[in-house]
Amino acid sequence: MLLIRCPYCATERPEIEFRHGGQAHVARPADPSAVDDAAWSEYLFFRDNPKGVAAERWRHVHGCGRFFNCLRDTVSDRILATYPAGAPRPTLGAEGAR
Amino acid sequence: MKFSFASVLSNALGGNAAWPAQWRSPEPKASYDAVIVGAGGHGLATAYYMAKERGLTNVAVIEKGWLGGGNTGRNTTIIRSNYLWEESEAIYEHAMGLWQELSTELNYNVMYSARGVMMLAHDRHDVETFKRHVHANRLAGIDNEWISAGEAKAFCPPLDVSPTLRFPVVGAALQRCGGVARHDAVAWGYARAASAMGVDIVQNCAVTGIRRDPSGAVAGVETSKGFIGAKKVGVVAAGHTSTVMAMAGVRMPLESYPLQALVSEPVKPFMPCVVMSNKIHAYMSQSDKGELVIGAGTDAYTSYSQRGALHISEHTLEAICELFPAVRRLRMLRNWGGIVDVTPDRSPIIGRTPVAGLFVNCGWGTGGFKATPGSGHVFAHTLATGEPHPIAAPFSLDRFRTGRLIDEAAAAAVAH
Repeated sequence: MLLIRCPYCATERPEIEFRHGGQAHVARPADPSAVDDAAWSEYLFFRDNPKGVAAERWRHVHGCGRFFNCLRDTVSDRILATYPAGAPRPTLGAEGAR
Repeated sequence: MKFSFASVLSNALGGNAAWPAQWRSPEPKASYDAVIVGAGGHGLATAYYMAKERGLTNVAVIEKGWLGGGNTGRNTTIIRSNYLWEESEAIYEHAMGLWQELSTELNYNVMYSARGVMMLAHDRHDVETFKRHVHANRLAGIDNEWISAGEAKAFCPPLDVSPTLRFPVVGAALQRCGGVARHDAVAWGYARAASAMGVDIVQNCAVTGIRRDPSGAVAGVETSKGFIGAKKVGVVAAGHTSTVMAMAGVRMPLESYPLQALVSEPVKPFMPCVVMSNKIHAYMSQSDKGELVIGAGTDAYTSYSQRGALHISEHTLEAICELFPAVRRLRMLRNWGGIVDVTPDRSPIIGRTPVAGLFVNCGWGTGGFKATPGSGHVFAHTLATGEPHPIAAPFSLDRFRTGRLIDEAAAAAVAH
């Protein structure tokens, strides 16, 4: 079970307090009727699915109830950073590049 | 060599010292007509049907680890074809048909046992859903029937159907031709038969790149054993499909999750069938060794860790202990995780990709084992002809652009 630090509550809590929300930083096209089928399909269905560092959304459903983002290594499951929704993806130092 | 009563007897008299290796382990040639990436059940079945039905034997199956060491060796071996949509019914029933004679076809005992798969209903919603599935299946000529809780108890005596359970059993959908097979034997049988026809199976050979010619078409694969040329490459890499396809610059609508299973200490036979409960996330059967084979759910998040979290298997064991009180004091021997590639509509992707000569067979998610023969059979057609097999045609990568999804709610509950 992961221990996840909620950036709003500023505490590390067990994974079962949270709900996974899929890949982070996926922006909905501003004008859906203006994009073609390929771009709309990309937004709806295609994901990075990286073997390595992934940026993903979590929601602290049994805490503050808010969405935040998280960088996690999908091979070791080690959490490298958590940061509020809307904030840019942080650049990782030597620890994250490991 | 052919397995027969005479060969078993003569080798027994010789102390079983003279059995030859079941497949060759060649070094890869410089080029092949086709290369299949991934020597799991689906990849090996593809190679087998290419050789047997298409006469294409200048084929290599490239495997990063050892054959059958990925999800083929990590599943719960359940076979059924009671899917809802016509497209799914066609492909899983195609596989079900091939399972019936597979041991004879391969001259290798895959231990297919049609002991029945019973899917439990716990509330009115389950009853209506399962009855809809039963009716859809019967219209398509697929074996599936609705039975009462009492009939479920008679079919599987260890099952607790008392109305006092938190989630009482109110009925079940039963597919009598469903059952289990020996997962390793499926991979080994296909490997042995394909190798005998001239297919090269190259293990411990990781694909590190996909080379393309100036026109953009596939020219071959870069591997840890050097470059291997091929005009056709079929990627059958399950949970690692996204990473392999990324080598050719192709993005996939896939997410990879750990899916756990576990087995108990072996006990005498008491579990006559496969029981699944989608509602409370549990399924169980008993292996021929006596171990109870239990399937748990996927983790909540994407991962390549091949482990899975403890609370996921605990959740499943709570449900198992409620349904089967007799197993409460059993110890669990082993648990493990496989990395499953899940599509947005829980149906597989079989066919062409935007890159000429590059084909993919993936997205089987949490339920690929049952489809192994059918998946290999239709993908062999695709690789041989460049055109999708009629059964595989609806499962195109393009469906995510056109919107013709196959939203398969009868995929294992753990995928939802």
